[in-house]
Amino acid sequence: MSELSVEHLLGIKYLKSTDIDLIFKTADHFKEVINRPIKKVPSLRDITIANLFFENSTRTKLSFELAEKRLSADVINFSAGQSSVKKGETLIDTVNNILAMKVDIVVMRHGNVGAGVFLSNHVDAKIINAGDGTHEHPTQALLDSYSIREKLGSVKGKKVLIIGDILHSRVALSNIFALQLQGAEVKVCGPTTLIPKYITSLGVTLETNLKKALEWCDVANVLRVQHERMDVNYFPSTREYKQLFGINQEILDNLGKKIVIMHPGPINRGVEITSEVADSNESIILDQVENGVAVRMAVIYLLAQQVKR
Amino acid sequence: MSKKILLNSKDIELILHRLACQLIENHNDFSNTVLIGLQPRGSYLANRLSDLLKNKYQVKEIQLGLLDITFYRDDFRRREAPIEATATEIDFLIEGKNVVIIDDVLYSGRSVRAALTAIQSYGRPENIELLVLIDRRFSRHLPIQPDYRGRQVDAINEEKVLVTWNETHKKDAVYIEFK
Repeated sequence: MSELSVEHLLGIKYLKSTDIDLIFKTADHFKEVINRPIKKVPSLRDITIANLFFENSTRTKLSFELAEKRLSADVINFSAGQSSVKKGETLIDTVNNILAMKVDIVVMRHGNVGAGVFLSNHVDAKIINAGDGTHEHPTQALLDSYSIREKLGSVKGKKVLIIGDILHSRVALSNIFALQLQGAEVKVCGPTTLIPKYITSLGVTLETNLKKALEWCDVANVLRVQHERMDVNYFPSTREYKQLFGINQEILDNLGKKIVIMHPGPINRGVEITSEVADSNESIILDQVENGVAVRMAVIYLLAQQVKR
Repeated sequence: MSKKILLNSKDIELILHRLACQLIENHNDFSNTVLIGLQPRGSYLANRLSDLLKNKYQVKEIQLGLLDITFYRDDFRRREAPIEATATEIDFLIEGKNVVIIDDVLYSGRSVRAALTAIQSYGRPENIELLVLIDRRFSRHLPIQPDYRGRQVDAINEEKVLVTWNETHKKDAVYIEFK
């Protein structure tokens, strides 16, 4: 198969496992490209891409922009802070105005759940969801799985633990879908206040004891505590969170086996993970960032194939 | 659809030896020369030539790379079915090197045009030559001609030139297919 089964990348839940295989195979080629002396291919030179970020982002935005530029696409950027959104313009109006400038692909991050799906129903462009509220962040999940595949050979049959703020995390949800689609086992761990009530209905298991959970897993994906999304206190103090769910070198040393440590960033050093662990050999946090560019290049390239001339 | 054999394995063997000798005439000990096979089909020819030069002609070391040109093609979004990429394996820089691009069939010249762009990602070569097994005359879309050719063929556009290798089809041969 050399074509995606979907027209937009709105979430992992719309993908088939063959789509993920295709994205990874294509990403392998792009990973070679971005390690060349000249890290650029001319494939998308007649494609224009708009990056619409209605919510703050550093890493994802840079990663997308770099991926687009490495494919030779023309790129326009938009951040809600400095735009007419503040003047009361609706989402569809904003995007249609941008599309009137002949844009082929829209990469969008938005605070509202389902913003990508909504947009894909109303405008004529390929949509890539770069995070919609607490819902999905598909490219992050793809690059996480890609990094696991790179480090451990495959994702199938691996035991992956997701630790921390599952309730507010789009990374967690997309990761659960992606890992299950590829045949991995998923367990979540965190304070019960930050775990959605019906999480086990997704087919994942739940463990509130960090040590037991770590003993079970091959890979631990540590999530950030998202203070900005919390309207009330979900746990008594950062200090308590750190003591119960923070990962430090001592816990890892006592496991009796090596596990892979991941983090989607940005890291709260000393809260969910100590600096020692984040910078250790077990951590593949910076590989994730590198792979992010290759995976996003693959997604953009494969969707651009479908753009009509 | 009928098929006519153009070259059998004996012919191909002879041609490979001749091409190897021609390469040696121009490149001596290959100390500043790299061979680049175009993926996927040119890589078999490139591997054969490299083995031949090393085993039969006592060339000590040959730098051989495989180049995929999918992302450099000029027909992206213009084809019916998308093309799948193959791996690129070039673990050396080509800055200042003499490059020999190797492919099995030279037809429109568009793959070679893409390869000329792609190869620049690895540095600025001193010069670039082109070696092909089959040169289909009269079908070029671009002003590109080979420096080394195995056999020139006057096939018309409706005919297809098919190269099979021991590695893929258990037989070295070149056919012309008539539709």
